[in-house]
Parts: sequence; C-alpha cells; structure tokens
Amino acid sequence: MKILSVLFLAASLCAQPNQNFDTVETHVLPVQGNVYMLLGAGGNTTVQAGKEGALVVDTQYAPLAPKIMAEIKKLTAKPIIWMVNTHVHADHTGGNEALAKLGGPAGQAPRIIAHENVLNRMTQTGPNQPEIPVGMLPNDEYATEQKDIFFNGEAVIIYHMPKAHTDGDSIVFFRKSDVISTGDIFTPGRWPVIDLARGGSVQGTLDALNAILKLTVPARYQDGGTLVIPGHGRLCDESDVVEYRDMLTIVRDRIQDLIRKGRTLEQVKASKPTSDYDTEYAAVPGLWTNDQFVEAVYKSLTGARK
Amino acid sequence: MRRMSAPLLYVAAALLGAPALAQIDFTGEWAPLYHEDGPERGPGPELGDYTEFPINDAARLRADSYDADRISVVQEYQCRPHGADYALRGLGQIRVWRDIDPDTQRTTAIHLHFLAWDSERTIYLDNRPHPPEYALHTFQGFSTGVWEGNMLTVTTTHLKTNYLRRNGLPRSDQAVLTEHWTRHGDYLTVTTVIEDPVFLTEPLVRSDNWSLDPGQHIGIFGCEYAAEVPKPDGTVPHHLPGTNGNLQEFANWYGLPFAATRGGAETLYPEYRSKIAPYHPPAKCTRYCNCTSLFNCNVDSR
Repeated sequence: MKILSVLFLAASLCAQPNQNFDTVETHVLPVQGNVYMLLGAGGNTTVQAGKEGALVVDTQYAPLAPKIMAEIKKLTAKPIIWMVNTHVHADHTGGNEALAKLGGPAGQAPRIIAHENVLNRMTQTGPNQPEIPVGMLPNDEYATEQKDIFFNGEAVIIYHMPKAHTDGDSIVFFRKSDVISTGDIFTPGRWPVIDLARGGSVQGTLDALNAILKLTVPARYQDGGTLVIPGHGRLCDESDVVEYRDMLTIVRDRIQDLIRKGRTLEQVKASKPTSDYDTEYAAVPGLWTNDQFVEAVYKSLTGARK
Repeated sequence: MRRMSAPLLYVAAALLGAPALAQIDFTGEWAPLYHEDGPERGPGPELGDYTEFPINDAARLRADSYDADRISVVQEYQCRPHGADYALRGLGQIRVWRDIDPDTQRTTAIHLHFLAWDSERTIYLDNRPHPPEYALHTFQGFSTGVWEGNMLTVTTTHLKTNYLRRNGLPRSDQAVLTEHWTRHGDYLTVTTVIEDPVFLTEPLVRSDNWSLDPGQHIGIFGCEYAAEVPKPDGTVPHHLPGTNGNLQEFANWYGLPFAATRGGAETLYPEYRSKIAPYHPPAKCTRYCNCTSLFNCNVDSR
C-alpha cells in the first residue's frame, strides 16, 4: 500500500519513480550555522541539527530513509523532532513515514509541518488511486501566512508562498543560521515546474522568488550572506536566485507579449521564447520538458488550466 | 658519518631551494595596461559589439535582450562585482601577496585584491581538490594553480553567472577559466581561456598586462545599494526579441557589416574576410581613435 501510494505521488511532477535507490549515494554539505544540505535522489533535504534534535525539511523517497537517517545521525544523536514538507510532490514527501519511524522520538511521531493545501492534496486522491497512509501525511498543518517555531536556539520561520510551484508551497527561513530552504520554487539549472493542476502559477512563482530576495542579504562582494538551499541543484545565494528570477520574468514577459498579439499556444511554442535559456536550463527527463514549461506559462497567463 | 662543510651546506641548500626559486614571485602592486581593448575595458563596450567572441545563438539573443537599466533599476545588480575572468580586464589594479609554508618555503597560496568592488581571490597551490559540484559558487570561483616551468597555470571552477563583455554577453556558472601567469621583469601577463558549454562554441582566449608599480595605493572601492529609480517589485528591464533598436549602432559607427558584429566562431578567423570582401574601412577614424587610457577615450576624437 505504501509503495503504491508513493508511486501515485510519484506520478506528480518532479518525481523519478523508476530510479534504483540502492545505487544512490547521499552527501551532506555543511551550509552555515546549524544547517546542512543533504543530497540524495529526490529533492534536496535540509537538516537543522543541534542539542534539541533534528529538524528536517523534505524527506526525499521512502527507500532512501535509512541512508538519510545515517547521515542525520552523524549530525546529532538526538531524534528528529520536526519535519517540514515544502510541497506535496513525492520526491519531497515520500520519506515522511519511513524517516519518522527510523528517526522520530521514542514512542511518538515527529511533527510534520506543511501548508494545509499539502494535506488537502494528499488526502484528496482520485477514484482509482490508493489512499496515502496516515503516517505519510503532515500532522501539523498551518493555514496562515507563516508559522514560527524556535528550535536548537534559533527562530525558524515557515512562510506560505501562494500559488507558486503548487498551491501549498512553503519556504523555511533559519534566521540565526541565515539559510533559506526553498523547495521547488527555486531549482537552478532546471526549468521551473509550474504545476497548474495543483494550483501553481507563473506569477505566484515570481512573487515567491521576489519574496525570497526580500529575505536574502548578501555579504561582501555579493557572495554568501544568506545562503539558499534549492529544491534541486547546488547550494546557492542571492545572486543565483536573481538570475533565476530574471529568467522567469523575461520568459513571462515574452509569452505575455505574444498572448497580447493574439498568438496561439502552438505559435508561442514555435517562436521559441526560451531559446536563449535552452542551453542553461535542463528538462527533467521524462517528466518536464522545455515545451511543458512554455505551455504552463502560457496557460497560467491565459487562465487555461487544462 | 662524514660531516658536510659549511660551503657544501650552502650549495646543497641552494640546490634544494632551486625548485622553490623556480616559482616566480608575482607579489606586488600591479598597475593595469590598457593598450589592449582599451575602449571596452575603460569607458565600456558598445552595445551590439559581439566581435571576437565565439558565441552561440543563445548568448547572442541573451545579449540582444540585455538592457543596461538593469544595473541601476535592479538593486541586486548595483554592487555585483566582476567575475574572476572579467576582474582581470576591468578596473584592474591588483595587489598580489602569497602564503609561504614555513617548513618547505614553498608558496601554498597566492592572494589577489582588486580595486574593482574590493574583490579578493585566492589561488591555492597546495594540491587541494576543487569542491563538489553541489557546492556554492562565487564571483571569484575556486582556483588552484600548478607551475609549468616559470608559468603559473590556474584553473578556476565554481564561478557564478556573469558576463564576458559588459554589454550583456553572458558567461555561465558552468564555465571553466584557465589562466597562464607569466612575468617578464616588471611586466605581468595573464592569458585567459574561458570554456563555457552554455554560451561558447570554442574557447575564448584573451590576455591582459600589468606593470609593477610599488607606489600604487589601491583605495577603497566601496559600494552601497540605493533605490535610484522607483519601480514595481520584481522589475527586470530587458528588450523583447526584435525590439532592441540599438544593435545596429556599433556597425554604423565603425562602418562594419552588421553580420560581422554579431560574433560567432566563424568571424574570428581570417577566412571570414572573404565573406565580407566588399567591405572597406571608413576613410577616417571618428570614434575612440586615440584611446590609450581610461581618461583620454574621447568618443568624438577628430
């Protein structure tokens, strides 16, 4: 049942359901302060570790939980107290239950924070789709603009980013460590996935990127300062988010201009509005192509959701 | 065991020190010489001038779309420094110093301080590996060097996205910069090779020169954000494809065929001349005719 459920979620965008997890290597990159970036096969996992235990942002896939837990144990001997899901997709939520069982406090589950739309999406499965096990679901959802906790000596602020990559996106700001974990709102080197079916939009994604830029403060020479852990890809800072925001803004403006001129979706695709970015941004093999990105922007701007 | 005499010890020490002495000392204050590409490096490049660059179509369109208002309107660009590659060409006063391992007397790192943006950079010579691909990138990147005779060859990775030329020609964060540092008395030459799979079809090779200037004092550059132009959040100035009306200026001012100004590997080689055979240079220079420094680049040289 659990595997079926994961496969169901894997059908959502950004997942790589057919991967052989046995061969996946995990890597931990110290970011700054109490925060670490953990790379495996799903989206990036963020770990804040200290005397009180671990806070884990995004859990990748269930089969990777033993490897992820082994890395977390190197950072703290204490259990996982908090988890945060930045959004609903399986490559960020698939390890919730498995990781909780391996690393949660004795006799109880970690608190799993997510925006309520994540919980809504996970519990509203289609007629031929299995239900998601309760253990995988967020159990500490929020419906406000932000949720604050204080853990391991620092304020951790979880901001809802409406209608961005999906309708349930959160970013997590570790205020003392000065690190932001963005989920798939920001994926350097990959086309933005705008999941229209799950409430995403191009303008919401841009609003979220601009909101991230309001939080980031670069250090000297415009390097470092606030560091940014993306949903996928390498560790970044403000300048990298700026490049990504600029790309999406420019592509949006181009497609908006073509829409104003009455161009159809096929005509917009034929005009190759992303051609100067095609060598820099990659597709997600089998799941998200350049064409799908252009189509999502077009439909997001025209209000078409099909 | 026989004891070595003092003169022999001296000779032995000298011989043992030979490899270290073969490492050229680049330490000092270096003043840039702008005889190469002066107008581009001082006042700044012309819009639409993509000559000398083996760029691909993506880079060309990216540059065509560039609007320099971005530097003033977008706050995050206001204090953005040159990348390691362009820093050598910009306001290129450099201070160079080095770390020496007291046990071996070998140079383990070379440090650079640039006037422009007070940027600083380290070139490691201690055989350390480059960081993993998922590590942070910076404007100066991560540099390691090896000696090839008296030439220091430097490899830089982990660069942030920046520019090849300050008119919007982009350089990606996947580029690898190779530098060859050579010293000829009081002159320093650095030849750079940029390989960029995102924007270049061939390596871009450039060179820059400095003269040793012990009296040089590099002042504080300093930079602070300021909201210079009221704007809605998220504004990114750019030209929509086909709407940049400034692209022909460069060709017109210099009497060049427009196609020759568009860059690309083909335009770098002598054979390209046959393609523009009807072209004849203007009879008289009217722009940047006597430019040899930052301060005499009169646009209307007559």
